[in-house]
Amino acid sequence: MTSTSLEAAQVVVPMSRDEAVKEFGDGSGVTVFAGGTILMPEINYGRLKPARVLMLGNAGLSGIGSSGSALTIGAMTTVAELENAPEPLGSTARNVADHEIRAQGTLGGNLCAPSGGGTPRGDLQAALIALAATVKTAGKDGERTEPVEDFIAAGANGRLVLEVEIPEPKRSGYAAARRPHAHAYTILAVCAAETSAGVRVGISGAGATAQRARHVEDALAGGASVEDAAQKVADDAEPHDDALASAWYRQRLLPVLVRRALDDLGGGK
Amino acid sequence: MRLTVNDEEHELHSPPLTSLLAALREELDITSPKAGCNQGGCGACTVLVDGEARRSCLVPLAALEGTSITTVEGLGAADDLSPVQAAFDEHYAAQCGFCTSGFVMAATALIDREPKAGREDILEALSGHVCRCTGYVKIVAAVEAAAKGDVHPEQVEPSFEPEEAEVLIPGSPA
Repeated sequence: MTSTSLEAAQVVVPMSRDEAVKEFGDGSGVTVFAGGTILMPEINYGRLKPARVLMLGNAGLSGIGSSGSALTIGAMTTVAELENAPEPLGSTARNVADHEIRAQGTLGGNLCAPSGGGTPRGDLQAALIALAATVKTAGKDGERTEPVEDFIAAGANGRLVLEVEIPEPKRSGYAAARRPHAHAYTILAVCAAETSAGVRVGISGAGATAQRARHVEDALAGGASVEDAAQKVADDAEPHDDALASAWYRQRLLPVLVRRALDDLGGGK
Repeated sequence: MRLTVNDEEHELHSPPLTSLLAALREELDITSPKAGCNQGGCGACTVLVDGEARRSCLVPLAALEGTSITTVEGLGAADDLSPVQAAFDEHYAAQCGFCTSGFVMAATALIDREPKAGREDILEALSGHVCRCTGYVKIVAAVEAAAKGDVHPEQVEPSFEPEEAEVLIPGSPA
């Protein structure tokens, strides 16, 4: 481990997973630095003056492995490395920003990303929700694994993301509103996947974090048509106004994207 | 910390969370990376870190121990331009010039990782660098030419002395 203490902050660079977990402890007073695409602007502009920074670049937390029909993805795996991941994660990753940002931003950072200026920033979250991903974290009470939607809803406070596991989906679908070449965060994206637990639907861009569209899923499980199930999304999300789009626009777009993602699912990709 | 920039080793004294961009410009006086937005959006600060394009404003010094940085200053000299630099000159692709360093570094990295990059690859690879001049036709043409090896650095006339601007109205910027 190398530890550098200079005027601005103490920077700790763990050289292994165990060291990272130990240095993180219960997370109090620790600023976790993964890819840096969200933290560095805060530091550059003096909005964040961290006392103790845990820099994870050498902690051995990156990489994609497979065991049986599931993929295990390390928290420090970059968005670029996910561009060919199973759908809808691959499409979602390819839609993030540009080449350089994808090569730097990480899966773990994306999962922990707070909204910025009212705009949600965890573009990968909806895909992980649809894929029934589980998240392994470390913190005060040791390590634990939980469904990704539970982790996202509770927030990353006091937890260090170690890895994400996703089962290979049977089918998957994706639909998003994009602004080509603007490289803004996603206005709205809907991810769908069929796993052994049935069809799951995740939404990005209709709240501070991504969310699971349980009313849509329940309608589908109950035999509703795609068209009818898509309308149920009004019960799942209350879209907001931000710099990218108005709530009015998102409310009208959301059921359309749900229908498109479910139709895409029907293609049996 | 020690940092290799353009094949030259430097001892840096800026705090570890200083961005590479700030250290390059303010401590080493290497000014081709431009401080446009300081938040990863504009692309003008792009440099190569171990040969891969990175936003220097988003990388802190603490993450760079043992790496090698390349900026435009390290690509070529006025009388010995790199293929991408020569292509930008031939195709008059500079526009206002502020975004040019980032475009040149992104294009250099692209051609290095995909020597047969086609138009679509180029558009995608340059997409994080578009600014406000519009009219990227010449930039794309320059990178296409560089990717095809259709450049002629020997024909570029080096201009070592910046021409004195003619001031028409005393006191006004030329």
